[in-house]
Amino acid sequence: MTVAGGPVIPNFGTGSSCEVNNGWFCTDWVREHWGDTLQPALFQHIELVAIAVGIGFVVAVALALAGFRYRLLDPPIGVFSDFLYTIPSLALFQILIPFTGISVTTVEIALVSYTLLILYRNMSVGLRAVPAEVVEAARGAGYTRMQTFVHVEAPLALPAILTGLRVATVSTVSIATIAPFVIAKGLGQPIYDALGQDVFKTEIFTAGGMVIALALVLDGLLVAVQRMLTPWVRV
Amino acid sequence: MGPRVNTFVDAFRFMADHPHMLLVKTGEHLELSGAALGIALVIALPIGLWLGHLHRGLFLAASVSNVGRALPSLVLIAFGLTILGVGFWNNTAALVILAIPPVLTNAYFAIDQCDRDAVEAARGMGMTGMQVLLRVELPLGLPFVLAGIRIAAIFVIATATIAAVAGGGGLGQIIVNQASYGLSGVVAASLWVSALAFAASLVLTAIRKLASPRQVPVP
Repeated sequence: MTVAGGPVIPNFGTGSSCEVNNGWFCTDWVREHWGDTLQPALFQHIELVAIAVGIGFVVAVALALAGFRYRLLDPPIGVFSDFLYTIPSLALFQILIPFTGISVTTVEIALVSYTLLILYRNMSVGLRAVPAEVVEAARGAGYTRMQTFVHVEAPLALPAILTGLRVATVSTVSIATIAPFVIAKGLGQPIYDALGQDVFKTEIFTAGGMVIALALVLDGLLVAVQRMLTPWVRV
Repeated sequence: MGPRVNTFVDAFRFMADHPHMLLVKTGEHLELSGAALGIALVIALPIGLWLGHLHRGLFLAASVSNVGRALPSLVLIAFGLTILGVGFWNNTAALVILAIPPVLTNAYFAIDQCDRDAVEAARGMGMTGMQVLLRVELPLGLPFVLAGIRIAAIFVIATATIAAVAGGGGLGQIIVNQASYGLSGVVAASLWVSALAFAASLVLTAIRKLASPRQVPVP
């Protein structure tokens, strides 16, 4: 699917003169294709991200708890998630295809892998940073181990965890744009299509702008959540 | 598991059969990545280091990294192609924009968060601002600066793969062209580019370890 593989004579459809001439930005194209192309792609993108961050969060919590409880596990988990993070996204998709096929599963496994490093690091660092005196004090006050974790350690680690969630969400919005190399889903698809159709500018700018806007909006929403849950931290 | 294992056996066979092509593509890949990373360093390092030295521009350093994270690689590659057309610069520009945030932000915080006492002592000895930056702050902050360069290098190598859709050479050309190279070629190039990213990451981690100040045991 290289650009060079497109038709020799550019064909930008039979729309307005702007579309036929591949103008920089044709508002009529956007209006016409919002319903059949852009909006579905946006919703698919949000779905891809929500599933990946949701699963990634649960897995990272499990790993962070394991690494926190059994210190020996922390270095190998850290190295493994770092290793996953190093693999280029496009390559990871292709390496997974022999196992999980051309499917949403392939895309989600890759997306979850990338969230793990960010979420795990932040959770583990956040939990480690809780001052020992505070934990001692709680234990001295008669808190059980579980109560200390729930009422002292977890709340104190919350700011770091939420920051990790923010970074992971924004990164996943970004990486999910690569999904169309496997399945026709998300805002990467219109971009991918437009590249194949002799670089149709309007579609590239609109879909590209939508991905960036989605990332920034989700970032803003998570900042608001952060302010609500941890009002003592300045974000 | 049979057919899956076969795919990987075929991938390694593909590597054994086409070493020359893979090396040529690796060369192209490194050329594009190296050029982009080099330009990004020239732009971002001086700005990040200097702002950190002045303890100014926290907002810039923080927002560059936030906005940078929100810029998807495919979008940058597509914008580059749309605005600049096919050539050397469309992909290079996209990769430079991608590499600047981690380098700039880490350089800023590496210098900004330097040990104040050491900086005061250097000033007390009569060092100029530039001398303080180059002889005290930079050596102290170097590991963190290098950590940013490592992240940028990983990003750039990964995105140079995607640049193949916009006329870029490199290993991505094999990955996006299953029709010509088959699944074994695609998987081979994917494993190869992963190894490349991992090697770059290891090299930069090793340099960072070398640059880290030795821990002097406190008596």
